[in-house]
Amino acid sequence: MSTHTKHNDGHGHHKETFLTKYIFSQDHKMISKQFLITGIIMGTIGMLMSMLFRLQLAYPDTKFPFLESLIGQWGEGGKLSPDFYLALITIHGTIMVFFVLTAGLSGTFSNLLIPLQCGARDMASPFLNMLSYWFFFVSSCVLIFSLFVDGGPASAGWTVYPPLSALPKAIPGSGTGMTLWLVSMILFIFSALLAGINYVATILNMRTLGMKMTRMPLTIWAFMFTAILGILSFPVLFGGSLLLVFDRSFGTSFYLNEIPADLAGGIERVGGSPILFQHLFWFLGHPEVYIILLPALGITSEVIATNSRKPIFGYRSMIGSLMAIALLSFIVWGHHMFVTGMNPFLGSVFMLGTLIIAVPSAVKTFNYLATLWKGNLQLTPAMMFAIGLVSFFISGGLTGLFLGNAALDINLHDTYFVVAHFHIVMGSAAIFGMMSGIYHWFPKMFGRKMNESLGQIHFWFTIISAYLVFFPMHFMGLAGVPRRYYTNTAYEPFAAFVDMNEFITMAALLGGAAQLIFLFNFFYSIFKGKKSEQNPWQSNTLEWTTPVKHLHGNWPGEIPHVYRWPYDYSKPGHTEDFLPQNIPDEGQLDPLVDLEIVPSTEFEKK
Amino acid sequence: MSNTVTVETSKKSLWGGGRSPFSISYGKLMMWIFLLSDAFTFSSLLISYGFVRYSFPKSPPNEIVQPFTHVEENFVEQMQQQGLFSSEHWPLPELVFNHFPFIHGLNLPLMFVSLMTFILIFSSVTMVLAVEAGHRMAKKEVAFYMLLTIFGGAAFLGCQAWEWAQFITAGASLEGNPFGPTAFAALFFIVTGFHGSHVFSGVILNIVIYLNVLKGTYDKRGHYEMVEKVGLYWHFVDLVWVFVFTFYYLV
Repeated sequence: MSTHTKHNDGHGHHKETFLTKYIFSQDHKMISKQFLITGIIMGTIGMLMSMLFRLQLAYPDTKFPFLESLIGQWGEGGKLSPDFYLALITIHGTIMVFFVLTAGLSGTFSNLLIPLQCGARDMASPFLNMLSYWFFFVSSCVLIFSLFVDGGPASAGWTVYPPLSALPKAIPGSGTGMTLWLVSMILFIFSALLAGINYVATILNMRTLGMKMTRMPLTIWAFMFTAILGILSFPVLFGGSLLLVFDRSFGTSFYLNEIPADLAGGIERVGGSPILFQHLFWFLGHPEVYIILLPALGITSEVIATNSRKPIFGYRSMIGSLMAIALLSFIVWGHHMFVTGMNPFLGSVFMLGTLIIAVPSAVKTFNYLATLWKGNLQLTPAMMFAIGLVSFFISGGLTGLFLGNAALDINLHDTYFVVAHFHIVMGSAAIFGMMSGIYHWFPKMFGRKMNESLGQIHFWFTIISAYLVFFPMHFMGLAGVPRRYYTNTAYEPFAAFVDMNEFITMAALLGGAAQLIFLFNFFYSIFKGKKSEQNPWQSNTLEWTTPVKHLHGNWPGEIPHVYRWPYDYSKPGHTEDFLPQNIPDEGQLDPLVDLEIVPSTEFEKK
Repeated sequence: MSNTVTVETSKKSLWGGGRSPFSISYGKLMMWIFLLSDAFTFSSLLISYGFVRYSFPKSPPNEIVQPFTHVEENFVEQMQQQGLFSSEHWPLPELVFNHFPFIHGLNLPLMFVSLMTFILIFSSVTMVLAVEAGHRMAKKEVAFYMLLTIFGGAAFLGCQAWEWAQFITAGASLEGNPFGPTAFAALFFIVTGFHGSHVFSGVILNIVIYLNVLKGTYDKRGHYEMVEKVGLYWHFVDLVWVFVFTFYYLV
């Protein structure tokens, strides 16, 4: 540390090499791009996996010769092997939940927006920020690497319940693949913690003058609660994974009971309980749902207000509902375990908590609708995706009320109803929030705009195909079709659903094709897109006061001071329909004077 | 507007941006947040411990054990014959941890672990003194108390090594243990091991800080905040030990 300070004494500014600028960058804007592009690559891989197993579900008896050349021994004779089917759904879930919608979504936009919208030169600790990305990158590599090991990748489902995950010989995917899954996840937890600690510290400590907590954009509020959820829940998964590693490799039996020695590496396993793992896993698992969703909700608030040219409706109730959702998410994990065996009284407590989440969620929905109401709507692709999120949030949230009910859940647990529910409310909604953010902040990230027409086409194909994929699944679930089964034709009552599966797969292929439009648009626009002006959406927040060309330190001169909340759109008595946060009203005092703040240089970064 | 502002000045300006609301640097804030998350890691392990422990029946009450002052060579076998050590129920910790280095044959229940706890808590005291000396910019005192803290941490780790060795020699391992259910030993190794790894990294951090103090890094910087930051970590690790000690040895 001392050498570092000494090194800096001589010259204020480092010459940046390619390596420090693009690879081991400590600039939050570059790190956010790294997160985004890694997330998009992981998302593409996860999506391709879903195509493969959708093919199996729709045509369980057909042979596809191309599979053999594509995935080798796993597609022998053109049939997807059952083991690899399980591996695909596991890795699809893991990639989408953790690598795309946690790191790809919150990692990208927290990094980009927290310093820019709070008015800070960079994150509190740029070095830890860089470290967080590299932990994430290595963890992604380990997970992808696990696809190629003997026995295949982890196959116990993304929830990796023991004993499948705890006994290396249980199924082919329980071997090396499962070990690598755990290694990858532990690296991921380090990344999430480093990032989350940094985000909270930056938001609390490094806001510019006048940026009161109640003047922060809702995105920042959402990122802050997301980071807090991550900080408090990921350690519990770490504890759970640690015990799982010991069960797998060192002969303990925390999660195992009555397993004879010949199945468990020569040691009889008694005294543990797989339910312990479920508790530990879901203590992370449920907040994780909101780690995924809250950033998307924050992005949507910002995009909807900007593109309705109206103040967000109910700013404080939006913050309150974010806070309520974050708090409640810690005390409802048991609703994932209604049928695993639980004291019925406890079940009703978890049920009550779960259903109460509907209240803040509804508050948010109504606020979105009220913001849209009579707005001067600018239907940019970002806005379309934000409205799409509201749609998914409603239709997926309603089924959450069914699943949160302990009595109904006995019927619906582990059926396609659950798959439909979380793919709509968490999967699609969060992906739409992410897309909305990408279209909205692309000019900020790359200085160019994405193609608008392609964006619209992308939106319509995506929302239609997403509903066509997930809506029919509700009916399959109500009819009792279980999730994760390799072939439903093997069971007489479910064989009737093959044609529905076929329909779903068609829609999924359509949705997948629509993402090609996005991928083309994204990568083409980075290099060839239309050059963007400084504030293309005429938005109020501070990030649009920075120059288009990225600077290390964000603002060329002094950081702007903040005089108002971020939602002064269409304010009466003004010619423009937006008033950026750094513009004072006539006669408004400088926040310096107004609040009698003595700026402290003591804590400024050296 | 300005009237009301002057009244509420202190409260508003704290959160008004441009300064830290808690008047601490970002580094210290990050340390606090990290400790919060680390507390959840330890909680998850301790709660798992509680979950496993209470899935076993209670140990037989101590009263049925005739009071004894000596630990015979075949102490464990005797206990097993009396039914006090069996895989059916959780053992009494004071029967398991009753040895003391260099003293053979005496029954000294929990004496050694109490000594360990004392050493660790004492190292917290020296850490407080180092931080206090740092506020006064008294370089020599900081260095002296940091050194004592390092010794305290190292002594604790040494004691833990001795206790682990003692436990392992008696036949305990991750896969089995003569004192009671397998989980008793496995959880002991994981919980105290995880805590020990925290102490170990704390000692390493303390050594780094100590060397920096000697080099005069913080004198040049004008403040000894780094000492304060590792101090936070060190106190946290001690606090966790209090919980481990309570739940593992006393309850």
